[in-house]
Amino acid sequence: MHRCIHRTAKELDPETLVAKIIVVTSGKGGVGKTTSAAAFSTGLAMHGHKTVVIDFDVGLRNLDLIMGCERRVVYDLINVIHDEATLNQALIRDKRIENLYILPASQTRDKDALNLEGVERVLEELKQQDFDFIVCDSPAGIEQGAQMALYFADEALIVTNPEVSSVRDSDRILGILQSKSRRAESGAEPVKEHLLITRYHPGRVNSGDMLSMEDILDILAIPLLGIVPESPAVLKASNAGAPVILDQKSDAGQAYDDVVARFLGEERPLRFIKVEKRGLLNRLFG
Amino acid sequence: MGLFDLFRKQKTTSAQLAKERLQIVISHERAARGSPDYLPRLKQDILEVIRRYHAIADEQVELRVDKDGGREVLELNVTLGNEADGTH
Repeated sequence: MHRCIHRTAKELDPETLVAKIIVVTSGKGGVGKTTSAAAFSTGLAMHGHKTVVIDFDVGLRNLDLIMGCERRVVYDLINVIHDEATLNQALIRDKRIENLYILPASQTRDKDALNLEGVERVLEELKQQDFDFIVCDSPAGIEQGAQMALYFADEALIVTNPEVSSVRDSDRILGILQSKSRRAESGAEPVKEHLLITRYHPGRVNSGDMLSMEDILDILAIPLLGIVPESPAVLKASNAGAPVILDQKSDAGQAYDDVVARFLGEERPLRFIKVEKRGLLNRLFG
Repeated sequence: MGLFDLFRKQKTTSAQLAKERLQIVISHERAARGSPDYLPRLKQDILEVIRRYHAIADEQVELRVDKDGGREVLELNVTLGNEADGTH
């Protein structure tokens, strides 16, 4: 247990003291949590913020693959929690982007490997290391792993697909954020929620076959951070182990770039929410 | 134009359907969210007691917790249905 935390000069300065903890969560699996966590944390680091992305999906580690560092994993989050490795031994420094670190999940099948005290200790230690942002990539579901990932969060990215089960599960996870996070339990300011709609297909929205962004916003009623279109670039990026935000020629890469800029306070109009002109002509004459 | 509008109105898109279904299910789930875990069991017990006297279906008992200002109110609605419509 870490009761005594060393106070440094830097810590006394409220501006630099606060590392923000952001959970990327969704309830439902396969909606793009890890893709989003990888792109988002890479984007934050590209803006010069010291960022670490933590994989909370114990037993089903995948962030390492998406980030392209799977062959450099030696120690993981569970090793650090169980004092089998130091934090610095487990942190993997990204080879492309400065200021970016990955803390991989363990492949253990032990469900109880994570515990709140351990997670808190790791987060505190990361704060001591001057990280600006700590991004927690949540596992799917609403079980222990997902609850650990969101418990200490200051802000949350709710990744939602325009599809009924995803929207419903997002609402569930919002309920958990509002009742079972540390902020909720301690009566502090609530976790700041951001909606991130992924796999959006404007053409199918137009033809009435897909929930629109307005529909989803009506139902979930939380602020929209961004919309990422369904894009072949996402699969290509995961094939290559390079977060899609690095592919700035792609629609998805640009959309994530907007997401990060908006998160950091910049105002950017939504893109990729309308059918492109060529697409429309193709539909009419194709 | 009028004819065109007529065609459009008749058709409910699948996305509209999705939205309506979601609104209903989510409002139910939100209402149940703050309520105690024992509610489903309490409902079963109440059903059992009522069934000693009157045959009813599960959905004829509605049980929920409402927040009224600072107070929590347990609301119980039992519909007995009428004999003629064969609900029991």
